[in-house]
Amino acid sequence: MDRMKQNLHQASKASYQDYFGKSISLFCASLVGMLVVAILYFVMTRGLATFTQNHISLRSFLLGQTWNPTQIGANGQPEVGALPMIVTSLAVTLLAALLATPFAVGVALFVTEIAPRRGGQLLQPMIELLVGIPSVVYGFIGLSALVPLMRHLFGGTGFGILTGTLVLFVMVLPTITSLASDSLRAVPLDYHSAALALGATRWQMLYKVVLRAALPGILTAVIFGMARAFGEALAVQMVIGNAVLMPKGWLTPTSTLTSQLTTGIGNTTLGTLPNNVLWSLALILLVMSLFFNSLVRFIGRRGRMQK
Amino acid sequence: MTAIMTSTDVHLAYGAKEALHGFDLSFKQHEISALIGPSGCGKSTYLRCLNRMNDLLPDVTITGTFKLGAQDIYAAKVDVVTLRQRVGMVFQQPNPFPFSVYENVAFGLNVVGHYAKADLDQRVETSLKQAAVWDEVKDHLTENARTFSGGQQQRICLARVLAAQPEVILLDEPTSALDPISSAKIEQTLLTLKANYSIIIVTHNLQQAARISDQTAFFLNGQLVENTPTQQIFIKPQQKTTSDYLNGKFG
Ligand SMILES: Nc1ncnc2c1ncn2[C@@H]1O[C@H](COP(=O)(O)OP(=O)(O)OP(=O)(O)O)[C@@H](O)[C@H]1O
Ligand SMILES: [Mg+2]
Repeated sequence: MDRMKQNLHQASKASYQDYFGKSISLFCASLVGMLVVAILYFVMTRGLATFTQNHISLRSFLLGQTWNPTQIGANGQPEVGALPMIVTSLAVTLLAALLATPFAVGVALFVTEIAPRRGGQLLQPMIELLVGIPSVVYGFIGLSALVPLMRHLFGGTGFGILTGTLVLFVMVLPTITSLASDSLRAVPLDYHSAALALGATRWQMLYKVVLRAALPGILTAVIFGMARAFGEALAVQMVIGNAVLMPKGWLTPTSTLTSQLTTGIGNTTLGTLPNNVLWSLALILLVMSLFFNSLVRFIGRRGRMQK
Repeated sequence: MTAIMTSTDVHLAYGAKEALHGFDLSFKQHEISALIGPSGCGKSTYLRCLNRMNDLLPDVTITGTFKLGAQDIYAAKVDVVTLRQRVGMVFQQPNPFPFSVYENVAFGLNVVGHYAKADLDQRVETSLKQAAVWDEVKDHLTENARTFSGGQQQRICLARVLAAQPEVILLDEPTSALDPISSAKIEQTLLTLKANYSIIIVTHNLQQAARISDQTAFFLNGQLVENTPTQQIFIKPQQKTTSDYLNGKFG
């Protein structure tokens, strides 16, 4: 009787460990949560200061095409139109994704379905290696090989959207490929045999069943690729030309949000308008990355419902 | 009645390990043939030879002859895709694609060729009716097939095979994952399908074999022990081992 009572009321060693483990992970989780909130707060307050303290209108910031934060413009306000950067950022991101997706899906199909042995042994490590190469290396190669090539082929300076797109294409290709392969690999073998047993050819099986079943995952892969492209600063900065001008063609110097941020951040003082507008650019990046994230979640939820 | 599928001197090895040890077996047209035997005796292995699904496994050696009608299905020039359209298969686990019911059933047709929408609708409906699942899915044709119950999914899979109008339907323990009511529905379906199709079914359920099949083949350790009309085998089997198995002495 006594013993039973004791056992039930006294915390066992196991439950103590359980409690201890829980507190540690709770602590870590809240630390991460606090960090996120702090970053959000920081970027928000700084980014919004352009509009609250410097009284720049949101409209002229988002739609203006002239970027000249250090000089007073015609309307008595410095001109800080971010539209060229927004356009360029979106353009290189979309173009890179558009170019990379067919390649990535092709390679992913090859690695997972067509030649899983050879593909797995050779291509997979290569792709993983490509993911790990620092972006400055890509930028450097772009600057020393791609820019002169573009100049040679098309004239002009060789800097611009086209060069930026090509560098980003190479950078997002491995990301999209490896995520797309994961989602192809997650398609149950049942579907393969069901399709083949119904008299589908291997191509019909891949195209009508496997790719389709993996579609939510592939879309997610593309969005992750786009998020990477949109947020990439260094490599793009090295090949885009860094002039805040509307892109007039494939190869005219221009700037993305990120490249302008990295270019400008060292030359401004905290609390002044030129500095604040950079934070506003960062805020746009943050909003976009939130957008990409929610897109991924949305697709993930739709995909789960399908299974 | 003529034989629809015949196989002679069947040997099959997975790598160096032989799983089927040489026997002859044939199936009559418009009959239900049951394959029974203890686990691991080679029923699924044999069944997969009949639509060449074993081709998909690495390192499988098959010898002997298999014929559909008069044609050798392992002959060099045979198109496996056409063969599988003529010899359909329903698996043990229901495996509908994660698409709508309609798309699942239409899949087999779309693989073969292009059909007008009206024809497609008609064939999908007929197949689902034949598979005795129409009433349960007719208002949900656009819903994901994987959201239905296991029994319904299995009948959708059967409809998917029927839509392609094969001559022979292979079923590998199609009801082992199902409740008795769903199983009974599938059994009923198979009995009505017999008029137009030849059916070969692997089952662990001896009552099921007794209820629906015309011919029963008993396998043991990669060998065919006997192939006897169902009415006889359960009353008066030819072999002692069969009788022992049917009486639950092993297996
Ligand atoms: N893919 C495979 N690779 C190697 N050996 C296999 C493979 N599939 C089956 N075997 C072996 O072949 C033999 C027959 O297996 P099979 O699956 O045909 O038996 P079964 O009669 O269908 O059994 P069950 O009633 O459990 O489904 C078994 O010894 C099994 O281990
Ligand atoms: Mg089996």
